[in-house]
Amino acid sequence: MTTLIALVGAALVSATPLLYATLGELVTERTGILNLGIEGTMYAGAFAGFLVAASTGSPWLGLLGAVVVGLLSGLLMGLLTVTFGVNQHVAGIGTTLLLIGLSEFVNRLKYGGGAVPQIAKFGLLFRDVPVAEQYLLTYIGFLVLAPVMWWVLRGSGFGLRVRAVGENPEAADAAGISVTRTRYAALLVGGALTAIGGAVLTLAILGSFTLNITAGRGWVSIALVIFARWRVWPAVFGALLFAGVDALQLQLAISSTFESVPRELLIALPYLVVVATLAISGRGVRYPGAYLRPYRRA
Amino acid sequence: MTAPQPAAQPTASYGTGHTPVVELRGIRKAFGDLLANDDIDLRLRRGEVHALLGENGAGKSTLMRGLYGLVRPDAGQVLVDGRPVSITSPKDAIAAGIGMVTQHFALVAPMTVTENVMLSSVGLGPLDLAAARRQVKDAAARIGVAIDPDARVEALSIGEQQRVEILKALVHDCRVLLLDEPTAVLVPQDVDALFTTLRRLTEQGLAVLFTSHKLHEVSAICDRVTVLRRGRVVTTRDVDGAQARELAELMVGRPVTGVARDAVLGFETDEAPAARRDVDVPAKTVLRVRGLTVAGTASQGRRALFDVKLHVDAGEVLGVAGVSGNGQRELVDVLTGMREPVAGSVEVDGVDLTGAGPQRLMDAGVGRIPEDRHASVVPDLSVEDNLVMEHLDEFRRGPFVDRRKVRAHANRLIEEYAIKAGPTDTVGSLSGGNMQKVLLARVLDREPRLVIVAQPTRGLDVGATEYVQRQLLRQRERGAGVLLVSEDLDELLALSDRLVVLSEGRVAGELPVQEATPERLGLLMAGGTIEEVTA
Repeated sequence: MTTLIALVGAALVSATPLLYATLGELVTERTGILNLGIEGTMYAGAFAGFLVAASTGSPWLGLLGAVVVGLLSGLLMGLLTVTFGVNQHVAGIGTTLLLIGLSEFVNRLKYGGGAVPQIAKFGLLFRDVPVAEQYLLTYIGFLVLAPVMWWVLRGSGFGLRVRAVGENPEAADAAGISVTRTRYAALLVGGALTAIGGAVLTLAILGSFTLNITAGRGWVSIALVIFARWRVWPAVFGALLFAGVDALQLQLAISSTFESVPRELLIALPYLVVVATLAISGRGVRYPGAYLRPYRRA
Repeated sequence: MTAPQPAAQPTASYGTGHTPVVELRGIRKAFGDLLANDDIDLRLRRGEVHALLGENGAGKSTLMRGLYGLVRPDAGQVLVDGRPVSITSPKDAIAAGIGMVTQHFALVAPMTVTENVMLSSVGLGPLDLAAARRQVKDAAARIGVAIDPDARVEALSIGEQQRVEILKALVHDCRVLLLDEPTAVLVPQDVDALFTTLRRLTEQGLAVLFTSHKLHEVSAICDRVTVLRRGRVVTTRDVDGAQARELAELMVGRPVTGVARDAVLGFETDEAPAARRDVDVPAKTVLRVRGLTVAGTASQGRRALFDVKLHVDAGEVLGVAGVSGNGQRELVDVLTGMREPVAGSVEVDGVDLTGAGPQRLMDAGVGRIPEDRHASVVPDLSVEDNLVMEHLDEFRRGPFVDRRKVRAHANRLIEEYAIKAGPTDTVGSLSGGNMQKVLLARVLDREPRLVIVAQPTRGLDVGATEYVQRQLLRQRERGAGVLLVSEDLDELLALSDRLVVLSEGRVAGELPVQEATPERLGLLMAGGTIEEVTA
């Protein structure tokens, strides 16, 4: 029982970065843009958050720094894919490579590849209460961000515009909705959320920065968005599923039964679950109508 | 449906009888070297239906899209109620009281009718769905149609989708409604319903401008007509007394003759279809399809084709009619080897070829000219390479391509089929008509026993259309069987000997061309039975 409770608590923690990144990607993809820059944005968000927090001593300022980086990365993707109409795969992977490289570069510049400092990190709320003992960002993510995102996409004018632009930009344009502005807006919101997801890793969970800190969570988010078929609540469930398996494998690694199982295999477990769920549920998926399609007025 | 409510009275003024609601002065628009609109003047009066008549490429759509802000004219002035306005985006047009139904509907398929109608007025904050639903119902009552505000657009028929488009314009108190080729996609009954709607709207003082290349529609609904040719206004006149043939000549720019063309342009021909020349070939069946059933896609969730039975004789054109998406594509796919049926048989010249691939079918004498001509050529390759692509083996010398033979072959076909291009031009740089000629040449040069052809003249101008249709009739005279899938009823009636109508994947009925009227075909296309139709 205690193991199970610990597992749920750990899953919520581990799901938080994924939740922000997945919902950020979801709103972006709803406008028809696949943002493969998400892994880089998460990475840069994690690093920027850490860097600002380390130099100011405030995790809140660190979070702000991450948001700024996220907005900038959204702006970059917007320039490439919306304004210039560059192939979204190329633009996204390029953005990821750039942002990871840039983070590593600054990291080396600042710390010379040596030890990085520990920073003052966000504290836990409801200390020593099982499951409820969580970071504020976890509470905000599940109890504020997810419901708000769900409502915005469903019940607000902005959401209607986002959906129209992603399904049929010609129709949206004919209705007087700016495809460009809507896509930029979604990219900015998505970039900021993704960067927050990255910053949760450094500012809340780890309290420091290490190489390869995101460990492919950005890519996982992309898979989760497809798994969720671009809907908010299934995306939340997907993040929890991945994080649950992740927490489980950590538990298994320290249990005596699985002592002989190679550690690497256990670490790979949640990723294998993602691959499996996608293989099962990813067929016959209906993508947003304008997925990957730059919009140009004829 | 609620009780009919009094029509919502538009608040904006309609302009006086003398000032045109919209006036265009000197509109000019060039795309590269092509002058799509050249110094066009047009006045639209309140309460009139005004037709813009012209061939494909005459500049009708460009003019209309310019007025709606989807295209930015290079020069010219737009006046609404006598005041100059600047329209650079659809938003400006909507604000000026102009609404438009584009040729390809600007609807978001997975959204509901109400959501689609809301799109053009939506802000960023909370949606007021209830109010929007009421608006939809009011506007629907105004044009006298029933429509479920909560239906998803993708579940509606094409005619219903068009009504949604009109509703979208009406909720903005539009005073001018632009319709780009509104009848091109409709079955005849829906055309009648559309015209009824338009009359109701003009009675309420709206001005309607619509583009068409079909003369009988113009005389059926329009008060005035402006004929465009190569980007210029040829004439604007009242429709009363304007003879169809005269308009056709103005539109094309030369006298029009020929059976196919008369029927295609849609006015009466002296020659009844029954009097069509008989072909002197032994009656032999070249294609026999029995019980053909094809699985639908996941989204269709049903069978795309069910128990289809048809045959094509030598020296015969079998027309396949139907509203797009009722199994025509699947039928063509099976007959060209691009899709496997789940049941049924396909026999070509008495040989069972069920489930055969493209190569075997081609070897058996099946020629295919599919719907999507861009997907049937390699745009980056030259004309000569595209011409030999399906039969490369015959143009080989050892392991290499015999370039000289390829060139000779290309030169011969370019000459024979009057393709306006050199052998080394890339196919992607050709016009639609010339691209279609390349396809025709590639297929017809091999004298296939059976020609499977889909939408052969879609998007082509009158000259190219006539050429393509004549080539198809020549195949029939040569003794080949032709299976012609088309959404253009006039074309089907002009070329076919017999017609079958596909509706929801089934053969709804079969008629010899003498008994096939647009009304009967329309009823079958809309799901009627042959007994109802011929009763």
